[in-house]
Amino acid sequence: MKAPAVDYVRPRSLAEAVDLLAQHRGAARVIAGGQSLVAMMNLRVASPGLLIDISRLPELCSVSDDADAVTIGACVRHAAIEDGRVADPTRRLMPRVAASLAYRAIRTRGTIGGSLALSDPAAEWPAVLTALDAEVLVRGPGGRRSVRCADFTTGIFETTLADGEIIESVRIPRLSADARWGYLKLSRKSGEFASALGVAVADRTRGFSRVTLGAANGAPLVLEDTSRLLSNGGHDLRSAVAADLNRAADRHFDEFQRNLHTVAAMRAVQQVLQ
Amino acid sequence: MTAIRLQINGAAVADDVPPRLSLADFLRERRNLTGTHLGCEHGVCGACTLLVDGEPARSCLMLAVACDEREIRTIEGFAGDQVIEALRRNFHQHHALQCGYCTPAMLITARDLILRRRAGSERDIREGLAGNICRCTGYTNIVTAIAEAAKEFGKEPANA
Repeated sequence: MKAPAVDYVRPRSLAEAVDLLAQHRGAARVIAGGQSLVAMMNLRVASPGLLIDISRLPELCSVSDDADAVTIGACVRHAAIEDGRVADPTRRLMPRVAASLAYRAIRTRGTIGGSLALSDPAAEWPAVLTALDAEVLVRGPGGRRSVRCADFTTGIFETTLADGEIIESVRIPRLSADARWGYLKLSRKSGEFASALGVAVADRTRGFSRVTLGAANGAPLVLEDTSRLLSNGGHDLRSAVAADLNRAADRHFDEFQRNLHTVAAMRAVQQVLQ
Repeated sequence: MTAIRLQINGAAVADDVPPRLSLADFLRERRNLTGTHLGCEHGVCGACTLLVDGEPARSCLMLAVACDEREIRTIEGFAGDQVIEALRRNFHQHHALQCGYCTPAMLITARDLILRRRAGSERDIREGLAGNICRCTGYTNIVTAIAEAAKEFGKEPANA
């Protein structure tokens, strides 16, 4: 249970980090909070040759807000979001999610960017940020690009991050004053990864509604019919969720998972409608 | 080897460490601070919890090299801390440990719960202890000890 031998470097700027990553193509891993990566190293599931520690880069730890959105640096820690130490554009959804994530001693080190970069299928942020229609800002050798969260995670531990790219920040649209959300994480024990994760966001003023499922055997699953029901109204929530889950045959949910996902989605939506 | 300088329990420490060395192993093997325990070594059991810059963290999931310039506080470093003293007294009184392996991290986690006002109800305490595993006690006496210690600090229940 000890990490394998590795080299370590702490660059002074994001540009230097990107250069280092390019120089050590394939052999280097970026480390921020390390709350997954060091565990994976201890378990010898990961054995990078070089760790590039980006956790102290000021440009990745900053938060800025404008009229439409709040941009949270990739290395902002879950605990800072939980405690409301960073601006929250989501009417308390993000602090609530952060508080439900692992344990406090993990949240004080783990980062929002790290969670997205790893994209564990059971992680909270990919599903929540997809429901919020957030954008991921990415820096690479070729410059900057932005990807919608809905397109960022592509599968189990799979993202559109290319070789040499580092997440710089996440831009989260500001919810309107009358927006509502629902969030339900089902897990066997507090702090464990979710067995099912339902997120519902309804922002009538902005004409936006979206329901997503996490822990869905792949990328966060956007429930199209259920999202439509949330914006247009409708009585048969259960049928909408069932239709969405039927369409997701490629996720191979067994009966038990399907029930959990149904409950998570329905309760998240019901929280919005209450 | 990478040079690091950090504060451990208030004292300045400088050392050269291989980057693979965890903070927990650094403290136990190089500094002889064996109050920080290792259980699972992958962030699940909580036995290695200590404070980094005043916040609880898993020392098995932190590399010593990444703790350069940080302030570390281990269970050996709480002499005179009122909250820890209240917790120690209540753990003793309520028989909140058997083998004691999880206890240093339980105390540090409980102290953080009390200071963040998350120890006002049994539910809050149990929620806050979810990341610290005890295989002896069944938690009942630990929860009682923390609830009693919290009362000494006059905190309102977090959910009241």
